[in-house]
Amino acid sequence: MSSLAIEKLTKRFGASVAVDELDLVVREGELVALLGPSGCGKTTTLRMVAGFLPPSGGRVLFDKEDVTRLPAYKRATGMVFQSYALFPHMSAADNVGFGLEMRGLNATERRSKVEDALKLVRLSHLAERLPRELSGGQQQRVALARALVINPRIFLLDEPLSNLDAKLRAEVRLEIRSLQQRLGLTTLMVTHDREEALTMADRLVVMENGRVRQIGTPRELYDAPKDAFVADFVGRCNILTGRRESATQFRTDSGLLLPVDSAADECKDASAFALRPERIALKAGGADGIQGRLKAVTYMGAQTEYVVAVGAEAMVVVQPTPGAGEPLAPLKPDDSVSLQWDCKAPRLVPRTLH
Amino acid sequence: MFLRLTDQPSLGRVLMRTLIAVAYLIIFAPVVMIVVTSFFAQEIISFPPPALSLQWYANAWHKPEFFRGLTTSLEVALLTAAIGVPIGTMAALAIVRGEFPGRGALSSFLLAPLAVPGVVAGSGLYMFYVMAEDFFDRDIKATTGGLVAAHTLLAIPWTVRLVVASLQGLDRRAEEAAANLGANPFTVFHRITLPMMRPGIVAAAMFSFIQSFENLDLSMLLVGPGRITLPVAMLNYLEFRIDPTLAAVATVQITLVGLLMVVTDRFVKLSRVV
Repeated sequence: MSSLAIEKLTKRFGASVAVDELDLVVREGELVALLGPSGCGKTTTLRMVAGFLPPSGGRVLFDKEDVTRLPAYKRATGMVFQSYALFPHMSAADNVGFGLEMRGLNATERRSKVEDALKLVRLSHLAERLPRELSGGQQQRVALARALVINPRIFLLDEPLSNLDAKLRAEVRLEIRSLQQRLGLTTLMVTHDREEALTMADRLVVMENGRVRQIGTPRELYDAPKDAFVADFVGRCNILTGRRESATQFRTDSGLLLPVDSAADECKDASAFALRPERIALKAGGADGIQGRLKAVTYMGAQTEYVVAVGAEAMVVVQPTPGAGEPLAPLKPDDSVSLQWDCKAPRLVPRTLH
Repeated sequence: MFLRLTDQPSLGRVLMRTLIAVAYLIIFAPVVMIVVTSFFAQEIISFPPPALSLQWYANAWHKPEFFRGLTTSLEVALLTAAIGVPIGTMAALAIVRGEFPGRGALSSFLLAPLAVPGVVAGSGLYMFYVMAEDFFDRDIKATTGGLVAAHTLLAIPWTVRLVVASLQGLDRRAEEAAANLGANPFTVFHRITLPMMRPGIVAAAMFSFIQSFENLDLSMLLVGPGRITLPVAMLNYLEFRIDPTLAAVATVQITLVGLLMVVTDRFVKLSRVV
């Protein structure tokens, strides 16, 4: 395993800049996820690391070795493609063995390594099947085994779960993560799914328009986003624009005064108030806190979501659903409610959304 | 009241099925007629036949022009496929994968021979061959080479069409995956790209063979003594005689083509390619 360093990596397509001077280090054994909306440059970055796209500028380093000009077939990365990209005319075992064959291993050595790799993804019994005879989840595991069996220097995942159904996705997510940790794989993953990124990554890179918005652990990004874009992208968030009124108050554009503790934020530009829906406590009636009127109640299983009109603004509150037997929603639309939160919970950040 | 939704076919479905049946009838009736009459014992075809016999097959077998026509046709068709398919495949690769101006024009140009009526193309080739013979001072028309060159003109567009289609449906990520696993561009091509193109290439070879084997209009002016293809031999026979010998020859021809299609279908599901 190697570490991966990306220095000032740039990719231009004609006049448009897909990746703009990206800097990133993935330490040995670390899983870093590139997260962002489509067109943010995350896939372009991954393809430059794999060697499928020549960069317009900057460098890619595996350990200290500059691989920027190295063709893909000499880079020894192991990539799992979004579409799996299995070889349709080869059995699962031959797919897995292909990389070993390219490395000059003889048939006997190959067979035992292929067996081990298929066992690792629990597919030993389907080794002789052709890809089209396998389910989506099984194809995905073949692709995984194929990328892992060559002991790649860098492990690359391109939206590896997006073609799986929701139930399978949670399972495979854990499986990939535990494999990655057990084998100590230096991994760069691309995803647009925030849940996938939050649950799998050691560190997240939120990208937009070819640039990094913020790099940090999932917890850092979720709890301390640097701007409204990141706050909104890594999870649901109430974002209200306005300005800081005092150290303890934020005034929204519509004139609402909200309690904050802005000493916690170093940010100079405090043009947006960001607060996670689950950090808000909701009470029927009551004179304390922010007064509002309930607009809608949505039952979502483990949680219940409330939309509350506060002055001219709407705020979303998420609370655990009451236990069985208790009334599902003691609150009805149009009830008067009060909202309270720890004044350290909201973040004052630069607004970047329109 | 019961609504019988399932066992009462709607008018639309009945009409649809009838149309399909009629279409198959129109396609197969002539073929069936030829095969059936080849076994009739009398010379002038009439129903019902007085007796059935294999005499016309024996007759055809003893006419050297048919046997030589068959071997000439097989030879020309095999050479046509062997030459046209590689050329067409390379052209298809250039059209789909290449990055140069005029790819669209090239594609139209290569498909153009299919749009020219065979007799017209045949006459044009005849004149061209005459001029070329003067220029090179050697025989071109009435040679196997001349026939193969003419038929290759039709094998190329068939191949380009089929192989372009198979290339466009090919997942390029599989090629990237192979490169990712350490395969150099040459290995990627012969281990991944070529096998994935195989159905298109096999179908192209089959169509090239069949169109050459059955070609009449393009060949008519280009054959010569000792170099007469089977369809031309059949036409020549027809000028003097009308008897079921021709039906017997045609039945043999149909059987050969049918066998070829069945064998090809075992390797490549034709319905997936065409």
